[in-house]
Parts: sequence; C-alpha cells; structure tokens
Amino acid sequence: MPRITLIEFNGTDHTIEAEVGKSLMLNAIDNQVPGIDADCGGACACGTCHVFVEPAWQEAAGESNPLEGAMLSMRPDQSDVSRLSCQIEVTEAMDGMVVRLPEYQM
Amino acid sequence: MNHIATPTSASAPLDQIDFSDPCLLRDDTWHDYFARLRDESPVHYQAESPFGPFWSITRFEDIVAVDSNFKDFSSEPTILIGDISDDLPAEMFIAMDPPKHDVQRKAVQSVVAPKNLAEMEVLIRTRVCDILDGLPVGETFDWVSDVSINLTTQMLATLFDFPFEERHKLTYWSDIAAGTAEMTGGDVDPEERLQGLMDCLETFTRLWHERKANPGDSFDLISLLQRDPNTADMVDRPMEYLGNLMLLIVGGNDTTRNSATGGVLALNLFPEQYDKLRADQSLIPSMVSEIIRWQTPLAHMRRRATRDLEFGGQQIKKDDKVVMWYMSGNRDERAIANPDEFIIDRENPRHHISFGFGVHRCMGNRLAEMQLRILWEEIMRRFKFVEVMGDPVRVNSNFVKGYESLPVRVHPL
Repeated sequence: MPRITLIEFNGTDHTIEAEVGKSLMLNAIDNQVPGIDADCGGACACGTCHVFVEPAWQEAAGESNPLEGAMLSMRPDQSDVSRLSCQIEVTEAMDGMVVRLPEYQM
Repeated sequence: MNHIATPTSASAPLDQIDFSDPCLLRDDTWHDYFARLRDESPVHYQAESPFGPFWSITRFEDIVAVDSNFKDFSSEPTILIGDISDDLPAEMFIAMDPPKHDVQRKAVQSVVAPKNLAEMEVLIRTRVCDILDGLPVGETFDWVSDVSINLTTQMLATLFDFPFEERHKLTYWSDIAAGTAEMTGGDVDPEERLQGLMDCLETFTRLWHERKANPGDSFDLISLLQRDPNTADMVDRPMEYLGNLMLLIVGGNDTTRNSATGGVLALNLFPEQYDKLRADQSLIPSMVSEIIRWQTPLAHMRRRATRDLEFGGQQIKKDDKVVMWYMSGNRDERAIANPDEFIIDRENPRHHISFGFGVHRCMGNRLAEMQLRILWEEIMRRFKFVEVMGDPVRVNSNFVKGYESLPVRVHPL
C-alpha cells in the first residue's frame, strides 16, 4: 500500500496507508484526515476536496481533466499544483507522495 | 396567462400535472407530486405550462450530472424556468457559460472566501446578538420580518458597504427581482419590477462613482469589482452591472433568510431533534447543513440543452428547457436516507444539493453556513425554546422556496 502524506494548512501532517484504485479524497476521508470537505461525494462537482500536490509528485498524480480544471478555476487560491483529490486515483507510483491542504475549502 | 389547473391529487396522470405551478410550494403540497416523478418519470417532459414546455429532472444523481455538465446544459439566457422579458436585459454570471462566467465570478468570489469571513464573524455576531436581544419576550411576533429579514439585510448592507439606514431597499429589490408571474409564477407587477430595478441601478451607479472618488482598501463587493481589471469598467455596461447586483442581492438574501426561518419550523416539527440540540450544541454546524438541505431555499435552476442528446433514456432536443428541481433531489431516497426526516446529526450532512453543483455552485455557501451557525449559537445562549405559534405563510413562487411569515414566541432560558 502506498504511503501518502497530507499536510494541513497549520503544518500538521498525516501519513496514510492508501488503498490503490480508490481516490485520494476517499482515502483521506476514510483515514479521518481533516480539511477535506468533499461535499459532492466525489463527482468533481463542488471543488471542496482541493489539494496542492508537491511539485515533485505532479507527474505521479497526473494532470487535471477539463471538468476538474473548470471547477479549480473557481477557487480564489488556485495554483499550478492544484488538484481535486476526488479526481486523483491512487496508484503504487504515489508511494511517498506529499500533498498540502489549502487554508479553507469553499 | 393560461393556467393549467393542477389536480389536487398527486395520483392524477402525470401528464395532467403542472409541475411548474407555484401553488405546489405555496401550499407545501409538492412532496407527493415530485416523489412520483422521481419514481415513475425521473426525466420528465411536460409539453404545456405557463412557461412553455420543459423537462423536469428530479433525482439527486441526475441533477448532479446536469448541473456539472455546462457544455451540454447551458445556463444562458436565464436560470429561471420563465424567460425574462426584454424590458430589462440584465446580464448576470449565473446565467453565463464559461469562459465569460469564470472571469466575472472570479472578480467577486474572494469577498466570501472563508479567510475574509473570519474577519466578518465578530461583526455578524454583534448584529445577531443585537437582533435577538431586541425580541419581545412574552408576545407572539413574526420571525421572518424581525429576525430572518433583519439579519440578512444587515449582512447584505455590509457586503456592499451600502448606506445602513437605507438597507431595506436591498430587501425590496431582492423581493421583486425574480418575482413576476412570467419568471416564477409570483405576484410582482412587471412594471413595478422595472421601476424598482432601475432605481437599484441608479443607486448603485451613484455608489460606484462615490467609491471611485474615494478608493480605499475596503473589501466590499463594489470595491472588488473596481479593483479587478476585468470588471473595473463594469459601470459603463449598466445591464451587466445590474445583473450582477441582482444576482448578489438575491443570492445573499432570500436563501439565508428562508433557511433562518426553516430551521425554526423544522425544530418545531421534529421536537426530538430540538431536544438533541439542547443536549449537545456541538451539533450546530451539522444541523446548519441539515437545515439547508431540508429547506432547500431555491427550488430550481433551469438549463438549456445545447444539442440533441439522450439523458436518462429520454431524447432531449437542442434548446429544450431542462429544469433541475433541487428540492426534489434533496428528498431523493436513492441518495439520502430518510430524506423527509429532519435529522441534525445526520451522517454526511454536507451531501445535499441546495448549493447546486458544477461551476455555478453557490459562491456564498460558507457565508450562509456561518451566518446560520452564529444565529443558532446565539439563540441557544438565550432561549430554551423558539415556539412556532401558527402556520407559516409560504412564498407564491416556483423558485423561491420560503416564508412570508412565521408567528413565534421566544422562551428565555
């Protein structure tokens, strides 16, 4: 199981044993990582599971799809490494990946 | 206007029922009608209505699918079931598709980002406390006017930095903006609406120029529009300016107002939930999401198909109106367990449809939640019971799902 670290905005980090084939959002929720709201439940439709992928892991995490890009563009705090974690399907290649959580979800 | 009489029984044949009839919401009789649509005809074509033919989308998952597919389901020219008359072609970003939508929304959305809200929280709490402390104990009064409207109007005045003593105008403009029979089956006279909205535009044009002459670092919506290069000259495009004002005024008013009332009504209808709240006030944030789901203050949003397509086994034609009934999606037992029950400690309370989904998802959702959270925190510090004393009067509209009045009495701790 790949180990993924999520760092809250206040610096608290959470390393989880992630399940391959499941989204990063669901993995985070299942491991009680705070800071991901996921209001829509994973339909790429609300933008409240926003994360920043550490640049070294961008390739492993993949690129955002067009709908995801449209949702992300609504975020005041969007950056080049923004992703919606419901659209990141965990793979073995993500072992060691680090993502940061935004100050807020909206 | 030609009006199809809606059968009083939900067991009538589906093609004889007018799902756009505002009476269904006004009389609170909509539940059985829309339950039938969800079960029997979840993507339903109604050939005749006062608003022309339209499709009704009533299941949660189908609404999410339509709402997040802006390519096939356009928000232009309007998001109300009724078309707008040409008298006042106001343009608003809720009724625009990307990319123009994105540009305009980005200019204003940071005003309601949680970071700014944290700074507003103290002010909101002060105002909530003042309102609650001024309520008449020992007599019956109207919760809608004395609390819900009062609170949301003060909030709106703050967001626009609008002259505080004239803030009642904001409520008036909000009430007339989407209230005509043609738009939503309401009772507002189109001529009165036109006059009112022209007054709104004039007032805000004056405010724009005053603020331009005295720029500060204020975070009100007008200053934000002036500071963003994409919207800095919006005052020169009056219909676009007016459209955005209407959107922000309605969006920040009717919605929170009716949830602020709906919560009181729900806790009275489900007294065991009120007991649960009295026993554990840490449930307030979860209850706030549940109130917003249970109330669903905006009943629908409309889209227009941009091409012939198949959806839910039905053939939708290019330019057909597609109406997503949010209040039905929020009562869809396929997505939400015991959806007609008001349960303040529900598992996954944020999983509701009231804010919409996709690029048009409510911009002020966190502000709305914060206002309602503070309201309930302060109610619980003062009153052991906000008691409903009579039936609510509901709004006559197929869009605004809310209350004209709700008689209550407050019982201090």
